[in-house]
Amino acid sequence: MSLETETHRWKMEKGVSGDLIFKGVTVLFAFSILVILLLMIVEMTGESLPAIRQFGWRFVSGQDWDAVQSSFGALPYIWGSVVSSILALLLATPLSVGTAILITEIVPKKVGGIVAALVELLAAIPSVIYGLWGVLVMAPWLQKTVQPFLIERFGFLPFFKGAPYGVSMLAAVFILMIMVVPIITSITKEVLLAVPQSQKEAAIALGATRWEMIRTAVLPYGKSGILGAVILGLGRAIGETMAVTMVIGNSPQISLSLLSPAYTMPSVIANEFAETTSKLHASALMEIGLILLVVTLVINALARLLLWSVTRGAKKGARL
Amino acid sequence: MLNRILKSFLVLAFAATASVASIASAETLINGAGATFPYPLYSKWFTEYAKVDPTVKFNYQSIGSGGGIKQITAQTVDFGASDKFLTDAELAAAPGKLIHIPTVMGAVVVTYNVPGVSKGLKLKTEDVADIFLGKITKWNDPRIADDNPGVKLPNQPIVVVHRSDGSGTTAIFTDFLSGVSGEWKSKVGMGASVKWPVGLGGKGNEGVAGQVKTTQYTIGYVELAYAFENKLPYATLKNKAGVFVEPSIKSTSAAAAAAAKSMPADYRLSLVNQPGKDAYPVVGFTWLLIYEQQKDKVKGKKLVEFLNWELKKGQKMASAMLYAPLPANVAKMVEKTIKTIKY
Repeated sequence: MSLETETHRWKMEKGVSGDLIFKGVTVLFAFSILVILLLMIVEMTGESLPAIRQFGWRFVSGQDWDAVQSSFGALPYIWGSVVSSILALLLATPLSVGTAILITEIVPKKVGGIVAALVELLAAIPSVIYGLWGVLVMAPWLQKTVQPFLIERFGFLPFFKGAPYGVSMLAAVFILMIMVVPIITSITKEVLLAVPQSQKEAAIALGATRWEMIRTAVLPYGKSGILGAVILGLGRAIGETMAVTMVIGNSPQISLSLLSPAYTMPSVIANEFAETTSKLHASALMEIGLILLVVTLVINALARLLLWSVTRGAKKGARL
Repeated sequence: MLNRILKSFLVLAFAATASVASIASAETLINGAGATFPYPLYSKWFTEYAKVDPTVKFNYQSIGSGGGIKQITAQTVDFGASDKFLTDAELAAAPGKLIHIPTVMGAVVVTYNVPGVSKGLKLKTEDVADIFLGKITKWNDPRIADDNPGVKLPNQPIVVVHRSDGSGTTAIFTDFLSGVSGEWKSKVGMGASVKWPVGLGGKGNEGVAGQVKTTQYTIGYVELAYAFENKLPYATLKNKAGVFVEPSIKSTSAAAAAAAKSMPADYRLSLVNQPGKDAYPVVGFTWLLIYEQQKDKVKGKKLVEFLNWELKKGQKMASAMLYAPLPANVAKMVEKTIKTIKY
């Protein structure tokens, strides 16, 4: 009897020390991630100091990028990243939300599962494969069919001026669109699944058709969640390097035309970092990295804010 | 706290290296890093050399010439490799005397896509510069047409394609353009990445070649080996002697042979626009960077043995892999230079 109690206590004690170790390990892991992030920011800021001192705000507003003359301005890269990502999202959002609605509301569960799996499969393809497909298949197709058509019909608009090169801002937008669709679709799908059945049933009970039910009950409920999905997609698009580099034409210019080549922040880092010509060149590339990091952090903060508002909304919905 | 974490990491890393070193103590490991252009040839050399001397193992990382210079300067590798020679400032920054050992030569060819002109378009070097400056804009420009009688050139705008990634190929090509055009020299200059006045950027040789292949009326530049392997059409360029020369292994070696007379003792010489009548104008050396005073006696000895083997046996493998071997007179000079390495 006493022996049994002893063993029991021993077990308890062991359990307590196990808890302590577990707690310590998790704290260490979580802490190390913070440290890595901080070290990265410190290191990148330190490395970009020469460029920051040399150019100041001119670095962000300047358009000249000349490694030989050591004159660096990042505006064309910022422009390229922001414009390509936003346009890609404008195209990807309706596509993704439509797909998510189909999966959750329109087709039977089994079919929806297959469609969802196929869409998510797109996310597993490495970006270099997208890039190769883009430069070998999509760009020639754009050049021979899509771009001449756009020039002929819409050439009077500033967005479709110029010669059809294939590789262009348009090609980058298309590639990015395909790459962010699976992200936005799968998150939107989860958001729509969280819509309470009672809400949908209420809409139908009031005589709504399926479209009216989706429009009045499902979409308003998931609105902020879908927005969060879009912003996560934006984070993916703005950081994409390989696929974009291969199809965007890598020419640092600011042009309204979607047919002209452009350049993005991650692309110029990937292209030039291995063979920098001077310390200032490397420092300027680091500063571009820093700008990219800041943009990404802001996007993440926005996404967090939105996600928070969604969960709050969900609780309210449940109470109703 | 941070310090403690760092320390424990260091201890771990040290333990790992120590254990690896003890396993490999029987063979000498020589580390190198640098240029990507000669990488296929170097790796062939290292595998072949392993049969000659199984006690030495080479580990070469093709991280780019810039990286090679950085690593050898920081002494994290035993030899560096670069497609560009070091400036005086870079040499002064190194902790010891670095010597350049030229291994082989590469050439850059001008490739194009003009329907109906399947090969052998003739171009004057100053016209190449003006095309890349955006001053010659049409394929039927009289300056191109004059050199190509009987060739039907289309009235189409020229689309320029260049490398977007920093590269030794770009350095050689812009060195060549700076040599033939004062305007290029003052406006753009030479370097691994430059500010291109016109055109599209493709990543790597394959990016430029892909763009040229799929787009009509384009012109670009790629490494000779890449152009030959992929059977790209290339232009014949007029050299300094006024002769139109086809790019080839022979005409590349001829450029170095022509330069042998004016070769400085440290081989820091650009090979573009050499005077000989067989010399192709867009040619460059690739070098190994080695400290004259080797720190490790065993490694130094093995490295010199390899260099001598490379100069005699290795050179013979070069042409088959589309690299131009050193001409005999330059090889003789290099042999003497290798003797100056102390260990």
